[in-house]
Amino acid sequence: MEADRPLWERFRDPGIARALVARVRVRVARELGGHVSLMEVCGTHTVAISRSGIRAALRDAVTLVSGPGCPVCVTSPEDVDAMVALAESGLTVLTFGDMMRVPGSSTSLEAVRARGGRVRLAYSPMDAVSYAASHPDEQVVFLAVGFETTAPGVALAVAQARELPLANFSIYPAHKLIPPALRALLDQEVGVQGFLLPGHVSTVIGRRALAFLAEEYRLPAVIAGFEPVDILMAIDRITHMLVRGEAEVVNAYPRAVREEGNTLAQRAMWSCFAPADAAWRGLGPIPGSGLGLRDGWEDLDACRRYGVWAQPAGAMRTGCRCGDVLRGLLLPPRCPLFARVCTPAAPQGPCMVSSEGACAAYYRYERGDGDDGPQGAGAAGPR
Amino acid sequence: MTAPKGQVLLAHGDGGLLTHRLISEVFLPQLGNPVLARLEDAAVLELEGCRLAFTTDSFVVRPLFFPGGDIGRLAVCGTVNDLSMVGARPLYLSAGFLLEEGLDLEVLERVVASMCSAAAEAGVRVVAGDTKVVERGSVDGVFINTAGLGVVPPALRMGPETVRAGDRLLVSGPVGEHALAVVLARGDLEIESTIRSDCAPLNGLVGDIMTQCPGALRFMRDPTRGGLATVACEMAVACGLDFYLLEDGIPLTEEAGALCDLLGLDPLYLANEGKFLAVVDRDQADRVLEICRAHPLGAGAALVGEARSGRGQAYLVTALGGTRRLDLPAGAQFPRIC
Ligand code: SF4
Repeated sequence: MEADRPLWERFRDPGIARALVARVRVRVARELGGHVSLMEVCGTHTVAISRSGIRAALRDAVTLVSGPGCPVCVTSPEDVDAMVALAESGLTVLTFGDMMRVPGSSTSLEAVRARGGRVRLAYSPMDAVSYAASHPDEQVVFLAVGFETTAPGVALAVAQARELPLANFSIYPAHKLIPPALRALLDQEVGVQGFLLPGHVSTVIGRRALAFLAEEYRLPAVIAGFEPVDILMAIDRITHMLVRGEAEVVNAYPRAVREEGNTLAQRAMWSCFAPADAAWRGLGPIPGSGLGLRDGWEDLDACRRYGVWAQPAGAMRTGCRCGDVLRGLLLPPRCPLFARVCTPAAPQGPCMVSSEGACAAYYRYERGDGDDGPQGAGAAGPR
Repeated sequence: MTAPKGQVLLAHGDGGLLTHRLISEVFLPQLGNPVLARLEDAAVLELEGCRLAFTTDSFVVRPLFFPGGDIGRLAVCGTVNDLSMVGARPLYLSAGFLLEEGLDLEVLERVVASMCSAAAEAGVRVVAGDTKVVERGSVDGVFINTAGLGVVPPALRMGPETVRAGDRLLVSGPVGEHALAVVLARGDLEIESTIRSDCAPLNGLVGDIMTQCPGALRFMRDPTRGGLATVACEMAVACGLDFYLLEDGIPLTEEAGALCDLLGLDPLYLANEGKFLAVVDRDQADRVLEICRAHPLGAGAALVGEARSGRGQAYLVTALGGTRRLDLPAGAQFPRIC
């Protein structure tokens, strides 16, 4: 009986998923001129779409391009260079795992650590605070990377550090906000007809904060969860709106997302952060798209404390085209370096480093369906 | 061959691509010989008419104690399992301890007591040992190195060269639990869970299969670092055949699955310490599955795919019916930020 099964199991039911794939394909073929291009704006969606085989199943009908939805990938080379400089100056730098291997203009945090620099993994911002508390003889800097989802947690950690008080804790603020990035993207030229909106970020900011996509840009968009059926239902809904000429921002993830979002988390975030200009890899500087420490909290800003600021970085010498990938202008396999010079073991850009990066997702889950792959892939598989 | 440049990174030790590079570019060119070149879990040596299996492994884990096990139990089970994977009956172990100055003796005693009970469980004896104490900060509490010795039945034929297209793939139980238990025990994630490491000696289970269904096991590995996907890739290369795994068929507990979703980890790449992936003769596969399921350590076993003629690659058939290639991991997996 359908009702007896746990909910999450129905969201990954292959039967329902296949039926949705078929319906979308027929609709696109009959009513939308045979092809639709949509953008997903969340690294977790990118990975789920590749991993579950949705991208492959919809090939030729729906192109799903990845937007600036991976927090590691959009961190600018300038910021990475500044983080490396902090680590090289003898401070203890704590960071989320995927930042370790991201190349700046000359080196990465991982390489600094191998040369003896104090670079440590943190699993949460609070982790960094407890590390600072238990190592009073070290100056500890937490690299605050992430979207609206991570910023409230960092705000709580910063507040905790002040309350203790900890004299040896500060952060390098490199947070980014999703709505200004989407605006910046849409003010340039993007060839997408709709958006698959991020479930996690929306949990914090709410549907309302994204409604401008329909109201100002007349684009249909759906906030979706992360199971295959969630994603396919969202694509189904967007194509349905396209057929009817409608533009709405629909919350198809009501089990986690509310109209106004998580106001508690928002309050925590704004208690110590204020909007600031930020530079995005691929998109360049976008006014008001990042978070800086508010007046009264600047003493916790590692840039001020140690006089280390992001300096303009030269162009990536490697020929990496992450910038185009992040704007949805280039599908990873079309990058001339993809899977040749650039692999997860020798990444040329963050999109290949981060587990949420588009190039890594394509490399890991979608390579080898061509001449490189098994004979008759797809139909294959033991039964 | 290009000479490796740069420094040793932590990622060189995680069992993925960089580890393979160290082996093929640094170790094998100098230390290589036909036995080592097989890169099996244990070396099988012919000694005066007797076939011995010999292996070594080092254990570093933080924290030292975690739900379902500890570094001592891990050290015994890991080595017993390496011997079991070549079909050997494990007999003797050695244990080398690297201790950090300042370590609580009580901690060391607990570790040794745990080794002792794991050894009893596996029916092996620790017959040689060594202790070194190093300055504070040089190691993290306790590191343990073990070597293991076992006997291989004279008539046993097992190994990649015995695998045929059509043979079935069998996993002895749900995957990913050891890695999740250890990550959660570090306490950095503030997640409550009941997940326990699967750390256990597999010689009893493998012995049951070998006695009740002789000749059915063709080739096996235990998916420790790098997980099921990594051993599937390595085994496919060693056999020169393609391995197809069915995503739907791979056993995963509900809790482990939910945690992986939450953290953004792929269970196929998470370490196990009490599981094996075996290639089994196609006609005897159902019987081997029955034998596994009758043993407490194989209760969750499942047939998860098959070997086919090909070029030595591993593939996963997804629930949506697509096929994707499995790869060695490049660097450890981290919980997602997003
Ligand atoms: S494939 Fe590599 S080089 Fe090309 S855009 Fe992606 S990360 Fe950059």
